Amino acid sequence: MEPQMKPLTTPVSTSMLGSLMANKRTRLGLYAVALLSLMSITRLWTGQNDLTSAGTIGTALRLMVPILLAGMAGLWAERCGVLNIGIEGMMIFGTWFGGYGAWQFGPWVGLLLGVAGGMLGGLIHAVATVRFNVDQVISGVVMNILGLFGARYMSELVFTGEPGGGISQSPQQKSGIPKFDVPFLSGGDVFGWNSPSILGWLEKRHWFLLGDIGGIGHGLTSNISWANVIGVALVPLSVWVLWRTRFGLRLRSSGEAPTAAETLGVKVLRVRYIGLAVSGGFAGLGGAILAIVASSYYRQGQTAGRGFIGLATTIFGNWRPYGVLGGASVFGYSEGIKLVAGDSITALFLFITFVAGAMLIVALVRKKAITAITAAAAGALFFVAYLTVSSVPESLTQSLPYVITLIVLSTASQRLRPPAQAGVPYQPGESH
Amino acid sequence: MNPEPEIPVVAGVQNSVRKLSTPSQAEALRTSMVTIGSSLAAVVIALAICAFLLLITGKNPWDAYAKIIETGANGDKLLETLKRATPLIFSATAVAVGFKMNLFNIGVEGQYLFAALMASAIGTKLNLPAPLHVTAILMLAMIAGAAWASITAILKVTRGVNEVISTIMLNFIALSVIQWLFENWFRDNEAEGLNVKTKLLPTSGRMPDIVEGRLGGMFIVALLTVFAYWILVFKSRFGFRLRASGLNQGSATTAGISAKRMIVVALLISGGIAGLVAMQSVVGEIYGYGPNATPTAFGFAGIAVSLLGRHHPLGIVVAAMLFGFLDSTSAELQLAGIPSSIVKVIQAIIVLTVVIVNEATIRWLNRRTAEQTASLVVERVAVVPA
Repeated sequence: MEPQMKPLTTPVSTSMLGSLMANKRTRLGLYAVALLSLMSITRLWTGQNDLTSAGTIGTALRLMVPILLAGMAGLWAERCGVLNIGIEGMMIFGTWFGGYGAWQFGPWVGLLLGVAGGMLGGLIHAVATVRFNVDQVISGVVMNILGLFGARYMSELVFTGEPGGGISQSPQQKSGIPKFDVPFLSGGDVFGWNSPSILGWLEKRHWFLLGDIGGIGHGLTSNISWANVIGVALVPLSVWVLWRTRFGLRLRSSGEAPTAAETLGVKVLRVRYIGLAVSGGFAGLGGAILAIVASSYYRQGQTAGRGFIGLATTIFGNWRPYGVLGGASVFGYSEGIKLVAGDSITALFLFITFVAGAMLIVALVRKKAITAITAAAAGALFFVAYLTVSSVPESLTQSLPYVITLIVLSTASQRLRPPAQAGVPYQPGESH
Repeated sequence: MNPEPEIPVVAGVQNSVRKLSTPSQAEALRTSMVTIGSSLAAVVIALAICAFLLLITGKNPWDAYAKIIETGANGDKLLETLKRATPLIFSATAVAVGFKMNLFNIGVEGQYLFAALMASAIGTKLNLPAPLHVTAILMLAMIAGAAWASITAILKVTRGVNEVISTIMLNFIALSVIQWLFENWFRDNEAEGLNVKTKLLPTSGRMPDIVEGRLGGMFIVALLTVFAYWILVFKSRFGFRLRASGLNQGSATTAGISAKRMIVVALLISGGIAGLVAMQSVVGEIYGYGPNATPTAFGFAGIAVSLLGRHHPLGIVVAAMLFGFLDSTSAELQLAGIPSSIVKVIQAIIVLTVVIVNEATIRWLNRRTAEQTASLVVERVAVVPA
């Protein structure tokens, strides 16, 4: 985890709960249990078992990973001090190279080629912004155009004329990345013997809280593609590299205070090249997963703006890997529930009402008037919505990630802390 | 603003003064020679890079370029070039207004699509004589574009939300809102199939073509808009304030120019011009808005054109025509067996090389000035005998 400034004096805890809340991990755990309980109440109240079913959660996970990787791409770029508006373009490179590689040489080579394609995009962005000091937004915009039409050009050359291929899509891949169920938890095979699925059994009981844990756990442990495991595992790996290694410190200092870093001997330009290559690689992997795991061929427009949702996730996650993971999960879940059980979206209104109610109680206990009023208003609004709205128009729910990001940016900007020098061009030796 | 005047700040101020003041004729000539020269060099470099790309993908670059030149030399592409340049001019001018205030309006895409829908939807309901009706529709489009841009302005001025991020998000939100409005309110239910549109504009709301079927009347409006941009931004007192705030907000604030006001006004003007991007299609071609009929992706192309034209009125027109011409050759390229998407790739690479060459030129000029100053100093000091 990111190091946090500990207060010099620990506040004297007045109660059991208070002492529990002092520990960050325990506090997060308690919040999670509280939210899950509210979700469970919502599920039992409305009878919408799909809210936490394995199907929904599994779909959400599959939708979440590309967004997560796009968000991590934004994080790596901005942490080293360069804005990356071009994630979408780099993802498109990833989908194309991934689709091509998987079609020609098999899925694993496809993933690697996708990463390489994204890295190529990241390095072009690096040459323009780091070497030549071009405005980072401009270069990013160009990357998006380049990705879109570059992929189209190459498709026209490579895929046209092949069976099933054309200007806008590649031929079907022959094999996919293997999937697995975790033994005992979700009934995976152990040396050919089919183990029982404990979580699956639990999910079917639909008990309060336990049923939800079963559903969520079952969704997260069954029918999992190894590519998605790699994608999620890159989050703790990034945390370790960025916050626990010398290189990570140098990379972050290049984003926070490049001049100071340079005086201490950090080769800022080289660090930024590496940071952008990694950023492009993440975006490329996200794209490749879209072309290989979420689908079995490359298709034009496959990214569908996920690069930009990723950018939103970087902000939403406050430029921290676990924050990005959280943001991507929220966006992935909202997409997943829409896909699996579109009619249960209104049940989420009730859930938000409950959450607002809980926040109201906490705010009243802590005597915070403004928070209490906001929570009460939001709760009332969503309760009315739950009672009156029968279905949410598909066209409006699509823009949810973007609306949430704007709300977060405009209301919580005090708490957001982007890297200080992200977006500011830097040349060594030019600061006097 | 800065309590301790540091050298970079002073240099920045000098730079702003240099950019704002009217230069002597010789100096102006030299500056524009360098600008034009570096732009041309950038285009040549871009074409070389694309030739390389064509080569490694197994296509003969000479064939491609010969085809483009041959098509251009024919002369019958002139009208199509102007036609394709029209929306680019609007889009690029909208972007340029933002740039002059140091604002990056990536949201032209959302602004113009929103404007196209609103202008078509409300425009059909109006009942006015011909010239007034068209004018009213154009005004509606500008108001709608400015209204969508005003969200960005409000977020920036009141909450400090970066306009790059908010315009990106608002582009996607615009797509959703447009789809929702169209499906639920503005769709003409009598139209069937894929070609759904809003109710078509009556004849009084249609703009006559300059050349029947080949060049629409909006081209004139585009030129007028660029002219207005030149007057407003480069020749008026307001424009001076705008550019001053854009170059150095601190100094401008000290001089009594409200930065917030400038941000709001610049974004509203930018959004208003953006509202006109798709109007050729609305009042001149399809007489309404249709999700599959109204042209998209002009917002990003406009950023490219504006950069290529260095945000200068004349530069924008020339760059838009260059892009329009390249676009117009796609059909011929496709017929000659060269994927037409290479045109867009060439455009993207041109923009990238233009900004890179521009940066390199500025750095080269600065270094040369520094060296000249240094050698002067050395000369004066070196008179002391060793």
